[in-house]
Amino acid sequence: MSAPLLEVENLSIALSQGGKSYKAVEDVSFAIASGETLGLVGESGCGKSITALAVMGLLRQPLSLGGGRITLDGGDIHNLPPAKLRQLRGKRIAMIFQEPMTALNPLSTVGRQIAEMFVLHAGAGWSEATDRTVDALRQVHVPSPERRVKDFPHQLSGGMRQRVMIAIALACSPDLLIADEPTTALDVTVQAEIVDLMQELCAAKGTAILMISHDLGLVANMCRRVAVMYAGRIVEQQAADEIFERPQHPYTRGLIASLPRLGARIVHGRQRLQEISGVVPAITAFPAGCRFRPRCQRATDICQSNDPPPTPLPEDGLVRCHHHG
Amino acid sequence: MKFRANLYIGGAFFATAVIVGVLAPVIATHDPVFDANLMNAELPPGWEYPFGTDAQGRDIYSRVVHGARISLTVGLVAQCINSIIGVSLGLTAGYWGGWWDDLVSGLTNLMLAIPSLIFALAIMAILGPGLVSLLIALGLTSWSYSCRLARAQVLSLKSQGYVQAAKILGYSDLRIMFTQLLPNILGPLIVIATLGAGGSILAEAALSFLGLGIRPPYPSWGSMLSDAREQITTAPWLSIFPGLAIFITVLGLNLLGDGLRDILDPQSRERTS
Repeated sequence: MSAPLLEVENLSIALSQGGKSYKAVEDVSFAIASGETLGLVGESGCGKSITALAVMGLLRQPLSLGGGRITLDGGDIHNLPPAKLRQLRGKRIAMIFQEPMTALNPLSTVGRQIAEMFVLHAGAGWSEATDRTVDALRQVHVPSPERRVKDFPHQLSGGMRQRVMIAIALACSPDLLIADEPTTALDVTVQAEIVDLMQELCAAKGTAILMISHDLGLVANMCRRVAVMYAGRIVEQQAADEIFERPQHPYTRGLIASLPRLGARIVHGRQRLQEISGVVPAITAFPAGCRFRPRCQRATDICQSNDPPPTPLPEDGLVRCHHHG
Repeated sequence: MKFRANLYIGGAFFATAVIVGVLAPVIATHDPVFDANLMNAELPPGWEYPFGTDAQGRDIYSRVVHGARISLTVGLVAQCINSIIGVSLGLTAGYWGGWWDDLVSGLTNLMLAIPSLIFALAIMAILGPGLVSLLIALGLTSWSYSCRLARAQVLSLKSQGYVQAAKILGYSDLRIMFTQLLPNILGPLIVIATLGAGGSILAEAALSFLGLGIRPPYPSWGSMLSDAREQITTAPWLSIFPGLAIFITVLGLNLLGDGLRDILDPQSRERTS
């Protein structure tokens, strides 16, 4: 593998609450090469989104960097002065969010909000930026972009707004796009369009994607590699097809087993959909030893006493379980 | 669309005051200052002097018309200063938080604890009477309302998706404040500014009444009232007309503010459109 574009090494994120400090994210490592797509999967509250914030250098109280390094092209992000970091955001690392409804300023036209990116990061004048805005909207397949640039966000549908968000995020052809559940708030058909659009544009611009989602199916379709997070840690990381065919960690197995499958009823008869029993532990009360232990069917004494170390798997994969396989 | 009585009536009152102020030299029938004639002193309203004359025989109508210039200047300029100070402090305090927020909030509470008229009196006592010191005194003493409002609005907007998004897209703090936050909090701020302008006109009247505002012989509504207080039983027109002018202008501004609040609140706008 060539030198990675983004490398996260042993990242810890501390959450301070009531004078105490908790590790919301611990010992998370992953790397994304240029143009590559990595999926980060996990339940709500497992630390996916704050990992993304850390990558953007946007951790704010009560969150802070507890340790580890995040490097973009070899340069440590958290050592950059604020002004340099700001230039990085939007220009080299961009992000789109779950909520296209609230992520656009209700009082500016979408054209202006896209144009602002060119003015801000590409040093364009307003008239040049406006011309490029129409192109940007055309690229995200917004019909009649010449008229749409004058629209306000509330005049657009959810899918259109997410397209505008993508246009804003990709305006300056960033090296890395962080997509934080970009399709969760959208219809299934619109979801597919948006995902296709993101892939198409990122492939054209050579932009790497960090895809954050709880939708395993989506991630499997989009990403070459998948990292599964549980309670602030990456419990398994493998190539996408590998993780579906041979999941190693009991949590990953549980996630895959709990996916409803079309046609399964005809083959296997009527069956109850599998679930993972129990709930995600709170950050303030992570169990000792393996964090998945209270919900794990394979748990034994060693899981309670010893934290499972990361075990390497072929092709740069890893799993964090005493009883993997 | 619903008929917005307060907006139109308020707008009409205020517009009348502004037009009268602008056209003062044209529509005044006498010179407001130098046309004194003691032979005509304290004439009741009549054909020659529609609002009567004052103790020096000057035409009250002309003085009220010219007084509009001073009263409106004071009201609008002082409120502009208040709004600029209040909004910039409130915006930055709400957005940055931390020690700056503590400092600004402390200062705001301090300003709210001292009656602003007393504070303005103190400033006027130091600077001496006159239009400029009046503007400074009134402009420095009641910014706390717009500051509090701006801060509170920013606090609730700060966590909105588009403000977060702007941060993530690499907007600088100032750009976020001016392009994302300020336009979205402008509605309530305009409303409070129109109410504040009415308050400033009243404060000017009060200060002039106390002899610390506009120096005689130049007419302002407040100083005219102040001069008229001894003749209030013998020549009530001396105080009725400047009083009425203040009343109409301030009422107009307050109604205008009320009407603007209805328009600028997106929820009420959606209900009616």
